[in-house]
Amino acid sequence: MAYDKFTKLTSTAVPLPIENVDTDQIIPARFLKATERKGFGDNLFRDWRFNQDHTPKADFVLNNETYTGKILVGGKNFGSGSSREHAAWAIYDYGFRCVISSFFADIFKNNCLNIGVLPVQVSEAFLAEIFKTVEANPEAQVTVDLEAQTVALEGSETVESFDINSYKKENMKNGFDDIDYLLNLDDDIATFATQRPF
Amino acid sequence: MKKTLFDKVWDSHVVKSVPGGPDVLFIDRHMVHEVTSPVAFLGLKNRGIKVLHPERTFATADHNTPTLNQHLPIEDPLSANQLAALERNAKEHGISYWGLGHEKNGIVHVVGPEYGITLPGATIVCGDSHTSTHGAFGAIAFGIGTSEVEMVLASQCIMQPKPKSMRIHIEGEVGNGVTPKDVALYIISKLSTSGATGYFAEYTGPVFENMSMEGRMTVCNLSIEMGARGGMIAPDQTTFHYIKGREFAPQGADWDKAMDYWQTLYTDEGATYDKELILQGSDIEPMITYGTNPGMGVGISKSIPSASESKDSADSYRKSLNYMGFNENEPLLGKKVDYVFLGSCTNGRIEDFRAFTNIVKGRKKADHITAWLVPGSHKVRQAIIDEGLYDILIEAGFELREPGCSACLAMNEDKIPAGKVAVSTSNRNFEGRQGPGARTMLASPTVAAATAVMGVVTDPRTISN
Ligand code: SF4
Repeated sequence: MAYDKFTKLTSTAVPLPIENVDTDQIIPARFLKATERKGFGDNLFRDWRFNQDHTPKADFVLNNETYTGKILVGGKNFGSGSSREHAAWAIYDYGFRCVISSFFADIFKNNCLNIGVLPVQVSEAFLAEIFKTVEANPEAQVTVDLEAQTVALEGSETVESFDINSYKKENMKNGFDDIDYLLNLDDDIATFATQRPF
Repeated sequence: MKKTLFDKVWDSHVVKSVPGGPDVLFIDRHMVHEVTSPVAFLGLKNRGIKVLHPERTFATADHNTPTLNQHLPIEDPLSANQLAALERNAKEHGISYWGLGHEKNGIVHVVGPEYGITLPGATIVCGDSHTSTHGAFGAIAFGIGTSEVEMVLASQCIMQPKPKSMRIHIEGEVGNGVTPKDVALYIISKLSTSGATGYFAEYTGPVFENMSMEGRMTVCNLSIEMGARGGMIAPDQTTFHYIKGREFAPQGADWDKAMDYWQTLYTDEGATYDKELILQGSDIEPMITYGTNPGMGVGISKSIPSASESKDSADSYRKSLNYMGFNENEPLLGKKVDYVFLGSCTNGRIEDFRAFTNIVKGRKKADHITAWLVPGSHKVRQAIIDEGLYDILIEAGFELREPGCSACLAMNEDKIPAGKVAVSTSNRNFEGRQGPGARTMLASPTVAAATAVMGVVTDPRTISN
């Protein structure tokens, strides 16, 4: 599915300084029953965000109007657990375009890259600085520049660079997905398939 | 060049390497289930294309299915809708579909091996992270997201950067009463849930060599819980013996040809891994988790570690114990339990039911325990009955359900109520995984059995028959 191109994003950020945020928290399994990709943002972090009677939990960051923006900043080992792409969809659908953390789980990272959410891995120290700055000043702007592969934080000297492979970078910049690429390889794939032993 | 098992299988599936990018990897077998596939099929429709290799694609319904009264229509309209969508999509694209009530129905990672779909040296993917299970056969098997499901349906290929390799070697032997689940939980407790992220693991050493196929599946299944994309074990006589004669396995001359290939699937002497972890079998005892990720496990005779001993920050650690209603330094043995769940693609196979039954035989389920015994497939359920395990379970006060994922992820009705403590043989103890507010302690089938009859966390070695 095509998605919005990603070049450079400057936005305030929403801090979630919790480690090992797993995809069951991002979107609990009972919300995976759709057959279309619609409305997942409503249930993003469902059980952290709402009480069982559906009233919002005042102490959860998404219910705190002080923090808004297109960048979600999470603790170490973000996105572990289930491979459900619904987690990345929920993040995108809610309005985030970028997740910053000091460490991402593999499948979650791939899923994000496949749907147009940019996962940005920074050092532990810089992550701590982002949390501190944003909590002190929710208006602080974070700038993620995909072309330059850098993250900058308003009011901080530090500019960190992040890794992304050049193929995925081009895809993100152009809003392309892998299937377009693979469909063009059909001859190579057909030849390969005939050589498989089983 | 000296190659690892992983290198051999991976390299032989690369259709093309994208400069500065991922490899285009050919996929031999694609398993599909109802939850992560509908949007992928919609994607094909929008592109106006068909599944490229329906004969390499296998669909089963498991995540949503009820485990009682499967002959009746599904009550939950959303679940029913997902199953109907899968059935429709399978039919439209000519994919074999083992839906609810089908004799081959069961959890995707249980039926794959059962019917010989899972083979050594194959690449296997599924939109489910525990696809790593199939690595037990010396396959490269890993979980994928829905965009990737669409990719594989469309092109039988996936774009993946090659992971780094890691060897997890266990020396010596494990003690009496230590099961494959304990071995896996022990490894995860050493590595943490992110210790193998970016790696593909190979398990080596006598402990794995002496394990049954089902035990190997349990270990490989849990590879994802230490962050690894997958884990594999070199195929050997145990593997070949298991596969031979299964419905979808190669037969006759094809079998001989496959065997010639399979016998080359081992890590060459002198090949190197990017990372190695060496553990001692004698250090492992039956394990149980006390927190909200699978890395938070300890030997069952131990106490809950204090925050200072944890790999997580003190805040995360306390949040986790708070959720469980546990305190630092409390002993685990003797903790009161409300629910016991035997099942899932981790421990829902016949050997798991044998182990469970062996402990409860001649005893009675504790009155206050609600036990859900859910076989991984119809084939497993039939074997439970045929081997006489069923009668023993009933005699001991248990009931047997119909197959499915059930309380492993609580998408169907099987939800552990908020605040209740469950000893589960499944794979994840995340907050709310088994139902909103549910408190999960992961353990082996034997720990689950001992706990079910005693009503509190119990070391099976102290009561075994
Ligand atoms: S049993 Fe659990 S882990 Fe296994 S496939 Fe089903 S939901 Fe996934």
